[in-house]
Amino acid sequence: MTPASSPVDRVPPGHYGFLGALKSEWTKLRSLRSTALSIATMFVLTIGIGALVSAARASRYANHGFKSGFDPTRVSLTGLLFGQLAIGVLGVLVITAEHSTGTIRSTLSAIPRRPVVLAAKVVTLGFVALVVSEAVCFVAFFVGQAIIAASAPHATLSTPGALRSIVGGGLYLTVLALLALGLGTLIRHTAGAITAFVGILLILPLILQSLPSSYIAAIGKYLPANIGIAMMSPSTLPDSFSAWTGFALLSAYAAVALLVGGWTMVKRDA
Amino acid sequence: MIVADGLSKSFGDNVAVDNLSFEIHPGQVTGFLGPNGAGKSTTMRMIMGLDHPKSGTVTVNGRPYHSLPWPLREVGALLEASAIHPGRSAYNHLLTMAQTNAIPKARVNEVLELVGLSHVARRRVGKFSLGMGQRLGIAVALLGDPGVMLFDEPVNGLDPEGIRWVRNLLRSFAAEGRTVFVSSHLMSEMALTADHLLVIGKGKLIADTPVADFIAQSSRQFVRVRTPDPLSLTRSIERAGGTVIEESDGALAVTGLEAAEIGDIAASQQVALHELSLQSASLEEAFMEITGSSVEFRAETGAETGAR
Repeated sequence: MTPASSPVDRVPPGHYGFLGALKSEWTKLRSLRSTALSIATMFVLTIGIGALVSAARASRYANHGFKSGFDPTRVSLTGLLFGQLAIGVLGVLVITAEHSTGTIRSTLSAIPRRPVVLAAKVVTLGFVALVVSEAVCFVAFFVGQAIIAASAPHATLSTPGALRSIVGGGLYLTVLALLALGLGTLIRHTAGAITAFVGILLILPLILQSLPSSYIAAIGKYLPANIGIAMMSPSTLPDSFSAWTGFALLSAYAAVALLVGGWTMVKRDA
Repeated sequence: MIVADGLSKSFGDNVAVDNLSFEIHPGQVTGFLGPNGAGKSTTMRMIMGLDHPKSGTVTVNGRPYHSLPWPLREVGALLEASAIHPGRSAYNHLLTMAQTNAIPKARVNEVLELVGLSHVARRRVGKFSLGMGQRLGIAVALLGDPGVMLFDEPVNGLDPEGIRWVRNLLRSFAAEGRTVFVSSHLMSEMALTADHLLVIGKGKLIADTPVADFIAQSSRQFVRVRTPDPLSLTRSIERAGGTVIEESDGALAVTGLEAAEIGDIAASQQVALHELSLQSASLEEAFMEITGSSVEFRAETGAETGAR
């Protein structure tokens, strides 16, 4: 029945599994322009805005004496608060693009066990996000410090808390990408998932601002955006979790989003 | 071999598939025929484990789809041409599929060659014509060289040459001993392609029969007779062994007698004839007639069905 020359003849022992799913997800990620585009956007926003803010803050430091609270590390990483939107889009698209194009049906015909698909996406996206996020944070730091050094005291990697803030910033972006993947898995629609992601990061803090100040202090530190600021700051901020507690909490958010998303992925029709 | 047992699926209050049971055997093309919205695609998605049945089971080679060890090596499917990201190249799409089931890269190039897309393999799928997209879908189905193949409306959007190509391809897969299950809403297409037919309407199984039998049963011939005196002619024809059905406009549809015999009877009874003509229902009409009672949004055409 099968042509003898076919390479498919040699059916390997065992069954399909995680490794094949990983390879496939890697191919998917690298074969789309949207991947490169969102990563490039993240670089431009994070480094560009970081450079602008560094220049502005250093100049105010030098010329107008705005010295209190000036932290060169944190200033150079300000762009992350914009770059985070780009990596969120990447995380959302990893799954919602499959739904909007119907590719999910191809994917699940090859890997019918859906948690395997989601796990492969988590590992692939997590790895890519970690590499590019750490890279962008280190570049933003060095670019920012080079600018700041001209007119104000600047930080180096050996400045207390500096290295932890850079690494923390990269971890923050990485976990956000996974949170976005979880939201995308749950919501399935690109626009809806991006809206939810932006809402959590930018709208929730605004809503919180309308509450009494005692609430702000009590609730504020649980918001992902504030956890992010804690993670990229060299010193622990008031009314805020420490960087590593924040990291653990943010990871728990992402895990919940992925678990709930994964559960609905298994239950719903593709 | 695909076996469905009591397969049902509903979306809200709308019953899409209603207690379907069937077996699809290797070595022949089994056509899955039904009007649009009859539940064909839903059934195929349930075979593939994409949609969850409300009740019932379906297995491929004796196992539910999700427990096949290498799904793409056992089942190849063209579910819809659009199940491919338009921003990815044909080669990369096939590669993502191949990697999941440990299918060598060489096979990707092989299937691209087979469907005649090698020269556009690196082009983004979004730039493909409908026909090229359909060819790529068939390449995906062929990728694992599977013994079971599912095709959902494979000739949709193809030109006559493409339709002939798909038809020959499906016939050759069956000739190689594979199980070939192909859906269509076109009876005429199935008459040319399929050996066996599953006919569904409104999610229910209407027929499970060899194509030849289906055609013989349904494409009946009859003689249409118009006369100012239908009552006495009907009596005479029935005495002679014919069967008469009165059509909505008063014409008589006669089976069991030749036109000449009816003419002779009329002459001997001195009944005037205004029409005496041999009619044969086309396959498409036969199909409409059989699925007619189960077609959801069908216009009321009354007794005219099958008579034109």
